Amino acid sequence: MKPRTVSISQRGFDFETSMWLFTRLSALLMYLFALIGMVGALIMGARTQMNLADVLRWTFMPNPSHVLNTNVPDLAPWSTVFWKVMGSLFVFFATSHGLHGLLSVLEDYISRVWLRKSLRILVVLVTLLISVIGIYMILTS
Amino acid sequence: MGLKRNVGLIEGLRYQGKGPMLTYILHRIGGLAIVIFVAVHILSSYFGGNIGIFFNTFYMHWAFQIFIFFCALFHAINGLRIVILDLWPKLIEHQREAIWVEWAVFLPIYAIAVFVIARTALGG
Repeated sequence: MKPRTVSISQRGFDFETSMWLFTRLSALLMYLFALIGMVGALIMGARTQMNLADVLRWTFMPNPSHVLNTNVPDLAPWSTVFWKVMGSLFVFFATSHGLHGLLSVLEDYISRVWLRKSLRILVVLVTLLISVIGIYMILTS
Repeated sequence: MGLKRNVGLIEGLRYQGKGPMLTYILHRIGGLAIVIFVAVHILSSYFGGNIGIFFNTFYMHWAFQIFIFFCALFHAINGLRIVILDLWPKLIEHQREAIWVEWAVFLPIYAIAVFVIARTALGG
């Protein structure tokens, strides 16, 4: 069976298509952030001062409170502006990626129109709130 | 996006699509679990206090770690497969092979993680 492809000019590039593309690109970006976090941790001495679980925790979110319980002697290099920016970007792309995921799930499983519409609004508001709190927590930690 | 649906939740779940459907449904479950975990984690770190300690002890538990690491790792690896197949649409012909590769990547990494979590839980 030959795959059928439709060019973007024929299909149209609407909001849904851009969100579809955003979900995929943000996934790649989160891979990049995780890689930067892991390599950064190894450079800062994780090989001898942390165990696998702590490296993973830092990889998923480069926040200094995630390395408090390790043998890292000095937290200063772990709480620089660079890591705060990385953490905030990670939170932003993770929550917006999750937002589109939640909206897709609502689309698929909630068949009552009024319920789907109200849940959509609720999900957008809660996601905004969580992202703001998350980034605030990172910047003040 | 049309707003009318002719298929309800239960009927939708009854669809049997074998391998690809399994990855699809695990991707959804994993994604939802990550969303709930991250939301609760951010909120409990913000409010702190007794609520924070309660949720901390909850997700430090080995059973929860085995569960959430399954969700995160599967969502990440399956997501990478989806990204590759979607951004290079010609590869969709090899979807089933890609899913086998995906399990071959996922299972060893997950096995190592479960081993490490279990060893820590047993006090090694």
